[in-house]
Amino acid sequence: MTSIEKTAVLEADATHRIGAELANFESAHLTRRKAALTLALLGAALVVVGIAATSFGSVHISLIRALSDSSSSDSAILYGVRIPRVLMAIVIGAVLASVGAALQALVRNPLAEGGILGISGGGALGAILALILASRVGAQDVIVPVAGFAAALLSTFAVYRMALVAGRIEPFTLLLVGVIFNAFWGAAIMIINSVVNFYYAHSILFWLMGSLEAPSYREVAIIAATGVVGFVILMSRARDMNLLSLGDEAAAELGVEVDFVRRTIFVATSIMIGAAVSVSGIISFVGLIVPHMLRLAFGSDYRLLLPASIIGGAAFMVAADLAARVIIAPAEVPVGAITALCGGPFFIYLLRRQETRTFS
Amino acid sequence: MSQPSLNDGSHTDAALRTIDVRAGYGSTEILHGISLAVGAGEIVAIVGPNGAGKSTLLKVMGATLAPSAGNVELLSRPLAEYDRRELARTLAIVAQENSVAFQFTVLEVVLMGRAPHLGPWRFETARDLEIARAALAQFDLMSLATRPIHELSGGERKRVFLARALAQEPGVALFDEPTAFLDMKHVTDIFRRFRELCSKRGLAVIATLHDLNAAAMYADRVLLMKDGSAVAIGPPDQVLTAEALRDVYETEVYIGRNPVNGAITVLPASRR
Repeated sequence: MTSIEKTAVLEADATHRIGAELANFESAHLTRRKAALTLALLGAALVVVGIAATSFGSVHISLIRALSDSSSSDSAILYGVRIPRVLMAIVIGAVLASVGAALQALVRNPLAEGGILGISGGGALGAILALILASRVGAQDVIVPVAGFAAALLSTFAVYRMALVAGRIEPFTLLLVGVIFNAFWGAAIMIINSVVNFYYAHSILFWLMGSLEAPSYREVAIIAATGVVGFVILMSRARDMNLLSLGDEAAAELGVEVDFVRRTIFVATSIMIGAAVSVSGIISFVGLIVPHMLRLAFGSDYRLLLPASIIGGAAFMVAADLAARVIIAPAEVPVGAITALCGGPFFIYLLRRQETRTFS
Repeated sequence: MSQPSLNDGSHTDAALRTIDVRAGYGSTEILHGISLAVGAGEIVAIVGPNGAGKSTLLKVMGATLAPSAGNVELLSRPLAEYDRRELARTLAIVAQENSVAFQFTVLEVVLMGRAPHLGPWRFETARDLEIARAALAQFDLMSLATRPIHELSGGERKRVFLARALAQEPGVALFDEPTAFLDMKHVTDIFRRFRELCSKRGLAVIATLHDLNAAAMYADRVLLMKDGSAVAIGPPDQVLTAEALRDVYETEVYIGRNPVNGAITVLPASRR
């Protein structure tokens, strides 16, 4: 080989190596392409479960007849029952999962979600109290969700105040305070359950286990609206959430206004989850499972994780609700029971994994 | 040999300057008035026994801890005038311990150094990637770029965080024990990189070091601290004397010269 040939070979080699290096780089961080592909994939999954959930249920309906003949009973079921229910599952799932992801960034811990931080429990207690105390007033369909929402916000505020250490939110304290509040609200609900008359027992169960039964389009619209506002706020902090995983000091040193970002996330998530719990009760573990699975599959970058949680959470919720409707049809299992059944073991798995990592 | 001056006025256009800084936690004062000026392109090592206030001084310089008295100036502007993002484009800090809560790749962590240069929504540009790539190459990390940060050893992780700091393109870098957990080869390499960056880009490096031999070999000047006060500031061979070190560390030391490069070497001289 002449020296010119040698140089040419070396150059070709170098070009090849840089090419491979770049391809590697492509896979090791979030690109626009990767984000778009992932969201499209999750979107397709949502469409599939969405169609399945509108077709199946305690009563068999024909989608073709429902769509072609607006006077058929199939059509009445589709538009009056199935579609609002699937839409409700979509918005609730989207809110729970994205709130879970955001709260995990807030406390730097994958075990956080709305239920564990005591927000949902407070909301459920408020709704139950309103249900019982306002039973003679009427207009319960307005008073109960409003009370639930207000109580969730109050509960959030209380947790927030208790978790302040020297004027700043201490992530670990926040998690502990949340767990304690959650247990406290649960106990309060149990006491109410044991003193009120039997008539309320079913409603209390509804709030405790969560349900997407018989929603109205108006409710769906309200949750969707608060969800969209909250989501836009969270998305504007997506990069900051990435940086928070380096710890408060390191995040601040990279330009994050840590305290401000924490407060922003806290306010946005509590409004979102307050609205969700006010109509669907406590549906636990969705905010835990969905972001974690998405992290495993697509990485931890919040610029993708947040929108992916919206779509993935929606799909998960629709699927869980479908299961809740068909497992013992024509009767129904509370959807919160389904998610908790999936979530309990998953939670333990996460905890064990985290501990092995900490101590290894 | 004359006692090196405590009052350091040699740099009128210092990259970073502390003026009679006092600071502490709660009502406990840790730093009792430290004045130090570090010029562009200079490497300054802060040494002293445990609890001397080295890390606290670094925190004050990095605006993580506000001084209770005195001033810190970065590029002749008071530190307090900078907003966070602006500061992060000028000053990079690597703490002694670094943890990452979720699974990120090495490249993602280094790209986080670009955050102060980017808005909240924007994706990294080709230029950001090139800067990250160069930073990874500087610290011998190219082959680890795609690995999850959790799977790296302590020394590798340390280098990732140094690369992240470099990706910020700072004018001043503060490193708290940058060579802890590192083997001899990487210590040498890293200081060589620091030196290159200092002469090429005028980067000012301020590092706390436990390793007095590294301080003697690689630093332009050494700040020797004890109980929150400066004992001496100056070139290593003037500051790291047997008498000064015996007073500060309360142990006998032997000072020699490295026969290969002429740098001061410090060895404990207590009986075995």
